[in-house]
Amino acid sequence: MPTLTHYLILSAVLFAIGTAGVFLRRNVITILLSIEIMLNAVNLTFVAFGRALGSVDGQIIVFFVMTVAAAEAAVGLAIVITLFRHRESLNPEAFTMLKW
Amino acid sequence: MGSEALLFWVFGLVTVVASLLVIAQRNPVYSVLLLIASFAGLSGLYVLLDAPFTAVTQIVVYAGAILVLFLFVVMLLNAPHEDTEEDIARLKTINAATARLRSGPLLFGALLAIVFVVELLWALRRITSAGRFDPDAADAVSSVSAIGRVLFTEYQFAFEVTSVLIIVAMVGAVVLARREPAGKKS
Repeated sequence: MPTLTHYLILSAVLFAIGTAGVFLRRNVITILLSIEIMLNAVNLTFVAFGRALGSVDGQIIVFFVMTVAAAEAAVGLAIVITLFRHRESLNPEAFTMLKW
Repeated sequence: MGSEALLFWVFGLVTVVASLLVIAQRNPVYSVLLLIASFAGLSGLYVLLDAPFTAVTQIVVYAGAILVLFLFVVMLLNAPHEDTEEDIARLKTINAATARLRSGPLLFGALLAIVFVVELLWALRRITSAGRFDPDAADAVSSVSAIGRVLFTEYQFAFEVTSVLIIVAMVGAVVLARREPAGKKS
């Protein structure tokens, strides 16, 4: 019988994978995908805690997180398209104009 | 080992392995497809957690809408492979110039990772006695009508704000991705 601890460990592992992706990858789209992994790791925590506490609030928060993720993906991908049009590259190292 | 435990391990393994492959792939098209597999595993875990509504939403909204949008952009940009020769050559010159600048953040990142792992182990040692799920509460959390009732009463304001957020994101995406009119370009 998997307990709350199992789900929390799984969620922590997924979050760590997402964090590693954000830091290690050199492609804007893959970085956005890693952020989606992190969001889903947190969603799993919400649902697991909601189940443990016998409340539907966890699932409702997940619903809102999904909405925010959809908005983030739309705006983020629009920015990626605009950046690609200017630089012909998806490498974040190519977009350092504002860096000192 | 009960069937539920077996399913937990299967879905958990699918999710973790697919997520690892997402960040290990060089081709973003494969990354997006593997992320869909990872979300399918997560959806199975939601079913195990007595959350069928969330499981279906996960598939319909995430795999059906968000990741298809990602796939569309990846194929539209047609730049699937990261680190082309030209990129690597340019990065080498950048790396040589900033090697000393980068070692600081790298050290900081490694330190942060070690702190994270230690904290995680410490936290896990303390919660090993965390209880099993109460089987009597399964009906309360799996009911879609209960979710709808709470969503449209207690969380009604947040729900309405969400619609504003979606409109703002939609308009923002259109404005950002639009091409500049030919005469207006400075």
